[in-house]
Amino acid sequence: MKDLAAPFEMSGPAVSKHLRVLERAGLIARGKEAQWRPRTLQAEPLKQVAEWTGEFKKFWDASYERLDRYLETVQQEQDSPEPETLEAQGDGYSD
Amino acid sequence: MAIPTDLGVTDFSTPSDTEIRAIRVFDAPRELVWAMHTDPKHIANWMTGPEGWTMPVCEVDVRKGGRWKYMWRKSKGEEMAMEGAFVEVVPPSKLVTSERWGPEWPETINTVELSERGKQTVLTMTIKYPSKEARDAAMATGMREGMEQSYARLDRVLAAA
Repeated sequence: MKDLAAPFEMSGPAVSKHLRVLERAGLIARGKEAQWRPRTLQAEPLKQVAEWTGEFKKFWDASYERLDRYLETVQQEQDSPEPETLEAQGDGYSD
Repeated sequence: MAIPTDLGVTDFSTPSDTEIRAIRVFDAPRELVWAMHTDPKHIANWMTGPEGWTMPVCEVDVRKGGRWKYMWRKSKGEEMAMEGAFVEVVPPSKLVTSERWGPEWPETINTVELSERGKQTVLTMTIKYPSKEARDAAMATGMREGMEQSYARLDRVLAAA
């Protein structure tokens, strides 16, 4: 416990509380020894969460954000008398 | 399935062991959002992911059985390509495509569904992998190195217990 708390600027009880939360979430496991109960990282669930926020999400978040702006520009162009100007602008559809 | 009501927010989920899904609402008519996904003049203008990428190759033959091919390039020369076929084309509401990144990658079936909500369009994109393993492996792409460094760091802290 003391070892776990050492790298953080928080009290022993605060670290215990965080550990309980991590345990409940299945992100760490506790050893069985009575006096010495080592925690081991259960990386798999954490990894899945992290990966979900990874490349796929990054790609589509960025693309859809761009599509929002592009749709706005295209719809404005449709209302204006010169619908061809968008192509001449290249990627000038940013804000 | 909860549909996000806010514009500008993508709802990501895993509806089954083999699928991943993204839902997003666009402030535009369905026909226009359809064109964004099927007209090469539009596709390359937005489907380019993070800043710094462009799509110099965008070939689509939008009809059942027709082929498509996209190639992305980063400014420093890095390239990424994928291709496939159109499985189902029902304008302006449903587009089903097969997709493959390369011979070593599993083929996915991608379904884009567009529904009208007033003057807005609700887009649901579902990507189906042949297995859970294939899906999880694909989701891990590009993340492994950074995550392993983080785990190693966290492991060291936890090992001190």
